[in-house]
This record gives sequence, C-alpha cells and structure tokens, in this order.
Amino acid sequence: MFNISTQALFAQLLVGLINGSFYALLSLGLAVIFGLLNIINFAHGALFMMGAFCAYFLLTYAGIGYWGALALSPIIVGAFGIFLERTMLHRLANLDHLYGLLLTFGLALIIQGVFQNFFGSSGLPYAIPPQLTGAQNLGFMFLPNYRAWVVVFSIVVCFATWFAIEKTQLGALLRAATENPALVRAFGINVPRMITLTYGFGVGLAALAGVLAAPINQVRPLMGENLIIVVFAVVVIGGMGSILGSILTGFALGIVEGMTKYFYPEASNTVVFVIMAIVLMVKPNGLFGRAS
Amino acid sequence: MRLTASILALTTAMSFGGAALAQDKNVKIGVLTDMAGLYADVGGVGSTAAAQMAIEDSGLAAKGWKIDVVSADHQNKPDIGVNISRQWADQDKVDGIFDVLTSSVALAVAGVAKDKNLVYMNSGAAASDLTNSACTPNTVHWTYDTYLLANGTGKAVTKAGGDTWFFLTADYAFGAALERDTTAVVVANGGKIVGGVKHPLSNSDFSSFLLQAQASKAKIIGLANAGGDTTNAIKQAAEFGITAGGQKLAALLMFASDAHALTPKLAGGLQLTATFYWDLNDNTRAFAKRFSERMKNKQMPTMVQAGVYASVTHYLKTLVDMGGNPHDGAKVVARMKEIPTDDPLFGKGLIQANGRKIHPGYLFEVKSPAESKGEWDLYKLIATIPAEEAFTPLAQSTCSLLKK
Repeated sequence: MFNISTQALFAQLLVGLINGSFYALLSLGLAVIFGLLNIINFAHGALFMMGAFCAYFLLTYAGIGYWGALALSPIIVGAFGIFLERTMLHRLANLDHLYGLLLTFGLALIIQGVFQNFFGSSGLPYAIPPQLTGAQNLGFMFLPNYRAWVVVFSIVVCFATWFAIEKTQLGALLRAATENPALVRAFGINVPRMITLTYGFGVGLAALAGVLAAPINQVRPLMGENLIIVVFAVVVIGGMGSILGSILTGFALGIVEGMTKYFYPEASNTVVFVIMAIVLMVKPNGLFGRAS
Repeated sequence: MRLTASILALTTAMSFGGAALAQDKNVKIGVLTDMAGLYADVGGVGSTAAAQMAIEDSGLAAKGWKIDVVSADHQNKPDIGVNISRQWADQDKVDGIFDVLTSSVALAVAGVAKDKNLVYMNSGAAASDLTNSACTPNTVHWTYDTYLLANGTGKAVTKAGGDTWFFLTADYAFGAALERDTTAVVVANGGKIVGGVKHPLSNSDFSSFLLQAQASKAKIIGLANAGGDTTNAIKQAAEFGITAGGQKLAALLMFASDAHALTPKLAGGLQLTATFYWDLNDNTRAFAKRFSERMKNKQMPTMVQAGVYASVTHYLKTLVDMGGNPHDGAKVVARMKEIPTDDPLFGKGLIQANGRKIHPGYLFEVKSPAESKGEWDLYKLIATIPAEEAFTPLAQSTCSLLKK
C-alpha cells in the first residue's frame, strides 16, 4: 500500500504548502480580528468570496487586471468590512462572543445568498495573469508558476502582518488597546477608530486571499463556504488570537491535508477536524495559545 | 359525541370518496432539488421554473384543473431529502416528486416514494441503479443515467485511442456508479483502468489528485464527478499542464451550465454526452428562449431542467388520460409506461417497464473559442446515439419488476 516514491512525496508536500498558503492568509485575518476585536468573524468566507468577485468585476467592468485587483480588491472589500463594523459589529463589542458569531454567520448567509441569486452557482471564469502562466518542471513535479507565486506572496504578507503587530509601535498600541482600551484612550489614541481599521485590515486579508484564489478556482458564491470551516479549525488548533500560531498552523495543516489526499483521499476533508479534536484534548488553548 | 362525529366524517368521506377518485382535478407537484449548492445551476430554481412552464403549457388550468408546485432544497443530503419527501407525502399531500438531482439523495427518495405511493420522476440524478437494483413501481428515471454517459463519452474516447484510464471520482453513490459503468465500457472496448482516486464532494482543490493522475501516465483522466467539481478539476488540469503533457480529460458528466462557466477557452474540445441541448432544434430553441427570460442569471436550460419540463408534461398527460388524479403513485406510473411519450424537448419516446425513459443521446464536443459565436454557443454535435442503444437493454436490467 505504501509504495510511494520520494518524488511523489515532494510533490504532495509542495501542493500542501500551496493550500496551506490560503489557510494561513485566511486564518491570519481571523486571528487578527479575534485577537484585537474579540469577534469570531464567521463572515470571513463570504468576504473572501467577495474579494474574488471584486477582482472579476474590476476586470469585466473597469478593465483593471489581476495586479490592479490585488491592490484594489482588498481596499474595496475592506471598506465594506469597515461599513459592517461601524453599522453593526461595534454595537456588540461588550456582549458575549456568541452575538458576534451569530451576526457574522447571518451576514455570511445573506451575502452568499445575494451573490448566488444574481450569479448562480457555477461561477464565473477568471484567467491567470499572462505574466504567471506556464509552469516549471521541477523533475519531481510540474509546478505552475501561478502556484509558486501564491506561496511566495502569502509568506511575505503573513510575515509582514506578524511583524507589524508584534514588532512595531502601532502593533504595540493595538495590542494594548485590546488589553485596556481606557488606558490607551488616555494617551490620546482614538481607540474605536483603530479597532474599525483593524477589522477593515482583517477583511482586506480575506479579500486578498480571494483575489489569489480567483484564477485557481471558479469565482463562485460558495467558494468560501467550505474553506471557512477548515480555517476555523486552523485557528482553533493554532490558538485563538495567536498571530504566529495561525500562520504556522495554516501552512502545517495544508501539508497534512495534502499528505492525506495522497495516502487516504476519502479522509482528506476530515483530517483537519480530527487533529483539532486531538489538540483540544491535549492543549485546550491550542498549540500557540496562551492560557486565559 | 366523538363517535357520532367520526361516523359522520366517515360517511361523508365515503360518499365523496368514490366521485373524487375519478373526477379529482387537484394535483400537487413537488420539485426537490439543490437550491443553493454546487448543483444549483444544473437544477435549482430552473427546475421549478421548468415545472411551472410545463403546467402553463398544458393549458389544464382553463379546463378546471388546479395544479400547484411546491419546491424545496435537499442540500445534497439524503437525510434532508428523505425528511422533506415524507413531510410532503404526509402533511402537504404532494402527489409527485420531480428532479431530485444528486444520486445519493435520489436513491433515498426512491424508497420514500415507494412507501408513500407517490409518483417519482427523477430528472437530475445519474446513477443507473434507479432503474436497476433500486427500481420501484413508482420510479421513472427521465433524462440520462450513468449507463448512457459511459456508452457515450466513455466509448467514444476509448475507441479514439484512449485505452488507459485514471479516474477522479466524487466519493458518493453517483461517482461510484459512473466509475463502475464507465469501467465496464472501457474494458469491453479493449481499454484498461490503471488507477483512480476518490475525492470528497464539493472539493475546491484538485492539485493533489491531478498530480496522482499525472504520475499514473494514463492516457485518459476520467472525471466521474459533476457541477463545480468538474469545472474546478478541468480548470486546474489546464494549470498543471495535464493536457499539454499529452494526457486527455474525459468529462463523463458535464452540463451546459458547466461548459458555460468554463468558457470554450478552457472547455473547448472536450467531448460530453447529453440528451438535450438548447440549440438542438427549433423546439428546443423556443423553449430555451422562454426559459432564460424567466431566469435571473439568464441561463439557458440544462438537460436536467428540460427533463423536469418533459416529465411534468408526461405526468399531466397521463392524468388527463386517466380522467382525473387517482392519488395513487404506482397506478399512475403504470399507466405512464403504457402511453408513448411525446414532448417538444426529447421528441417521441417511451418508458420501459423498469422505469427507464428511452430517447436518443447525443455526443457533443465543446466548441473552440473560434467556433463559438456567443456566450451560450457551446456545443457541436458529433454523433447521435440511437434511443435503443442509449440505455441499459431490458434484458440486462437487474430491476426486480422485470422478474416473471
């Protein structure tokens, strides 16, 4: 049964890393939002989908291609996120997590429903940008240039985000604002605005992942629905709110899932949850989480 | 007091019952489909619209018939499909269930339809088991099945030199049935199966599976999946250079909505089997025009939606022939099998004793970007599979209804 070649193993590792990039980008956004706003953002999958749709709209109606979309789509969808935060989410700031979860879950269903109503379920085509078409023959596998780009770009974005939050003064203020908003406000910092912008940033990360996914998958209203459940498992395994934990767990679980697809494909959509259950039994705060 | 009331109710029911049997012109049609999942464009609201069009076109409302349509979303889950069907039968007094795409749900609902004695006309599901091992006196399987797909695309591809196959199979009843039926055809035509992998339903990333297919060196990668799974697999196969490397894809089940979503640029050259295409003749074009005007996303009808239209049409024709609705599923289906079918979309045909609707199949090829003249100008006809060859021969059917 285990007659695998090293070649095949390498190929599966690399493919796992590609999927891991999406998990990492999405779970990073969730971790930022949870860590700094205490909101369990169930609308993340829908916002990821909106990022991909935004790229499609920019191309179809404004003639703006992939590279423009990569910059604009996170800003546009991020602005939508800020609108959601200002009009609805901030009202729940002092309530139990459950309220935020229910609200964002409802929002996700509404957003997906609206897109499905107008665009159907089959999805819209979005091509790989011409600069990134083609592939490299690595000997052990055929690596599409676009996938290589996704991995490199995600690692850069993840690292930059981690750096900004953990190592800069702005990040220090953000973290302080979560711990003790009153004190930070006393320093003359506009805490509510900072929180709003942070939510916008987390949403922007989701939209960015959406743009990255658009050329790989069909741009479909439900493209985020299945992903989001896995990504939540990633966040739980990494430790709720842990920035570094979500990044590393995202990549690692992508690889684990990739290996499962090779050895026992039928279990590939459950393996992440099995790991989640085991981690929760052994380390209830997640691999990188701090005990509350 | 209670006794008197019951007797009164009983006698009233008895006195009206006899008359109602022959003269009852109330019909309730249930369209059970995927409203919001990966198959929603294949059936979905389009199936409900098709059922309503069939009722309007029958002109029965003007003759005193009262025909209602209810619809529900089974979410591609057998348990949900079964619950809805039971509720329709017990509480809502639905007479017939239509569409029911997704084979796992379709097989489960077949059992309910038999228990509750409903009419069950399946258009959307593919598993040929519906008219073989799982056949019931209440089931009619209208549009297509895995036997047809295997004998259309599978045979054509194998005969054209694609004699080694690797399957990417959706891991549920439909995928299993399609792989089984295609394997039989490939082997019968001198080909062989070199491997395969089962993927979860509604899978977004196929890269791992495509690498395995690539490593197998099979000439043909058979996609035994449907809807969003097929389109994602085809799109990503192009990315991984599968076709550039000399391997070919065989999309064993592809709907017009899938080809449209992929566009001829990605899907061009793929062969597929269908029993309906909107641009087949004047009748289908006229229907498609009316249909797409009703749809929010202006889509053209798929063969599943066309099958809902045609099956509702035949159902109503049978009820008229019987002089009213007897609310007896098995009896209506038995009569349906005696009356030849004739509708504008599938032409003349018949329903076999095992419930299999018989009509021709078509082998299409998706047009190249140069050939395609418009957004929905998708297929060119390669070959017609005559009705008598398109489906499982009765002698080979394992349906228990056929045993003497």
